[in-house]
Amino acid sequence: MNSLSKKIVVAAMSGGVDSSVAALLLKQQGYEVIGISMKTHESMENEGCSAPSKTCCTVSDIMDARRVCQLLDVPFYAMNYVEAFHDKVVDYFGREYAAGRTPNPCVACNHHLKFDALLKHARQLGAYYLATGHYAQKIRDEQGMYRLLKSRDDHKDQTYFLYGLGQEQLEHTLFPIGHLTKDEVRDIARRAGLKTADKPESQEICFVPNNDYAGFIENHLPQYRGTPGDFVDEEGKVLGAHRGIHAYTVGQRRGLGVATGDRVYVSAILTEKNQVVLSSKESLLMKGFTTVENKWVNRERVADGMEIEVKVRHRVTASPAFLLLETPQKVRVQFKSPEGAVTPGQSAVFYCGDEVLGGGFIEAGYR
Amino acid sequence: MRRVYLDYNATTPVDPRVRDAMIPYLGEEYGNPSSLHWAGARARNDLEQARESIAAILGCESGEIYFTSGGTESSNMAIKGVVCQALKQRQAPVHVVASVVEHQAVLKTLAFLESSGLIRVTWIPVNAEGELDPGEFQSAVKDDTVLISAMFVNNETGNIFPVDAIGKLASERGIAFHTDAVQAVGKLPVNLKRLSVDLLSFSAHKFYGPKGAGVLYKRKGVPIVSLIHGGSQEGERRGGTQNMPGIIGCARALGCVTADLDGETARLEKLRAELEEGVLQQVPGARIRGSRQRRVCNTLNVGFDGVESESLLVALDREGIAVSSGPACASGAVEPSHVLMAMGLSPKQAKGSVRFSLGRGTSQHDIEYVLEKLPDIVKKLRSA
Repeated sequence: MNSLSKKIVVAAMSGGVDSSVAALLLKQQGYEVIGISMKTHESMENEGCSAPSKTCCTVSDIMDARRVCQLLDVPFYAMNYVEAFHDKVVDYFGREYAAGRTPNPCVACNHHLKFDALLKHARQLGAYYLATGHYAQKIRDEQGMYRLLKSRDDHKDQTYFLYGLGQEQLEHTLFPIGHLTKDEVRDIARRAGLKTADKPESQEICFVPNNDYAGFIENHLPQYRGTPGDFVDEEGKVLGAHRGIHAYTVGQRRGLGVATGDRVYVSAILTEKNQVVLSSKESLLMKGFTTVENKWVNRERVADGMEIEVKVRHRVTASPAFLLLETPQKVRVQFKSPEGAVTPGQSAVFYCGDEVLGGGFIEAGYR
Repeated sequence: MRRVYLDYNATTPVDPRVRDAMIPYLGEEYGNPSSLHWAGARARNDLEQARESIAAILGCESGEIYFTSGGTESSNMAIKGVVCQALKQRQAPVHVVASVVEHQAVLKTLAFLESSGLIRVTWIPVNAEGELDPGEFQSAVKDDTVLISAMFVNNETGNIFPVDAIGKLASERGIAFHTDAVQAVGKLPVNLKRLSVDLLSFSAHKFYGPKGAGVLYKRKGVPIVSLIHGGSQEGERRGGTQNMPGIIGCARALGCVTADLDGETARLEKLRAELEEGVLQQVPGARIRGSRQRRVCNTLNVGFDGVESESLLVALDREGIAVSSGPACASGAVEPSHVLMAMGLSPKQAKGSVRFSLGRGTSQHDIEYVLEKLPDIVKKLRSA
């Protein structure tokens, strides 16, 4: 086994303000920092997309990361993860939509690329730590086990994407800005003269131009493109034609193109019948749901029947619920009061206060 | 930290003799060679002298030397120039033959012309050692073939290709033959009197000259259209005031490198052999990529089983050792090598090779330093 140095940190640099400041703080703390940007996909600019870049990891973002590292006097490398990203993130994205589920590519990217492939590259460079610009915190408890905590800035908290981190990964991870607010981060960046200080947030899925998921699948992942079929109501009555199930997500209201008089939402996607079920808002309310492929930060912190708060998507407030460990593979989450838009394929993340317990992929909701 | 530069196929440092020759053209020798007056006349004189000295070394006429901004422009000028010339006479797309292992300057130029519907391309494969068979060019030629393009020396493996044989069969059929000689000039004697070549591209910065200066040799009587329209410079084939410091530097660099060629070739061959043997002995799972028989003196391409070249490049850089692998993209990330893929290596293997390219500054100590560091680095990468 290699001897890794606790003085050496690989900083994952997206070219945004958060990872820039993370690198800056590490440098100030005396670490030997190596900046790495992950090149994950070909830039859409090459395809004639002239939309201003609000996404991460494009060529100009990598250039920004390089310039920040230069200013910090830190070595910088752009590394090629295009193939791994395509296999683990882009392909998964299309595959899930084709199966009638709604994928979460950011979860997959963190899990398979940042905290797997990049962590391995960090080890290869002799670095004990990988640092990211995530709004999240880790602490070590009295038992010597790591806990993953929400960031101090509740609005920016990104633990939803990080629930897959286990003890081994947390041991080798640093979140240098997790104790700061976004305003504080920008302020530090401005005072240090970092060119990324006022860069806009990246919010959309980085490889999908203009947030057009269906169009992306049609143009870039044609093997996952569905065929046109029927919109039906809960009784199976045909309401209109859909363009293929890859274009829909449970809870969706916009872009359905059917006039029923009432406000309707996608409540289910029936892949075997190639049908998309439309219902009223009330029928989206679920008492709970099951999850699969569950991951735990520390299994010891979890007990059957415990009270938790659960997030069924990023950017919602967590809802109180009970955690029921049905089988080692399957978890049932029962809301204290019914909740809307439980979307199969999305991650459900389990919290106890500020602590992330773990999470899994939503299999199905129940009424 | 000790710094060892072993990436001379990417670029070379400017020879101090070359720099000295260039300096007047960044100062008192500011004339425009196209001007009538005394300042212009001096510049014109020096420009033509540079052209003559390059022509004398390469064994051609000075009127066959065109100055460009570098190898990429020269290859663009040759390929697009020949193709567009041919299209003036025919309405239909024309046919071009090229090797699959060409540099991107050729590959992407041809891809552009092909996707624009102007040409059809037949790509000639290489064997497992990255060698080209002239016979394959022979059988690829069609009635409407107007151009064959095959590089002189491959930039990744260092393989020397049989350009004379390919050029001969092209000339027998009246087809223009272009060779990208960017990695050949300065490493091999190139004598155009004895080579069957119509168009030859090269770049000064590969042989201790400045960046931004290149040459296209075009045999007299081979018709090409102009791509850069403007003034009547360069026989009306490339408009724009000439890059005087670059051209003077290019000529001086070619003179210096040619004078040193025999001694330097022998010296580099010895150092390369030392590196090659050392790597094979000390690093398990190391494999030489390319032809060990027909290879330029300075290049060594090695694959390491189970190691990604990108990680190896970064780890070597951390020890001050500069080497490279495949082409880099706009962000600087390494792309899998199309050359190694063409040699039948899997994408994984093609991502596991690095190129050491030696040059004038390479010493015995440098090779020893690499052999001291490399085995441990590879071991570490495999175990992580």
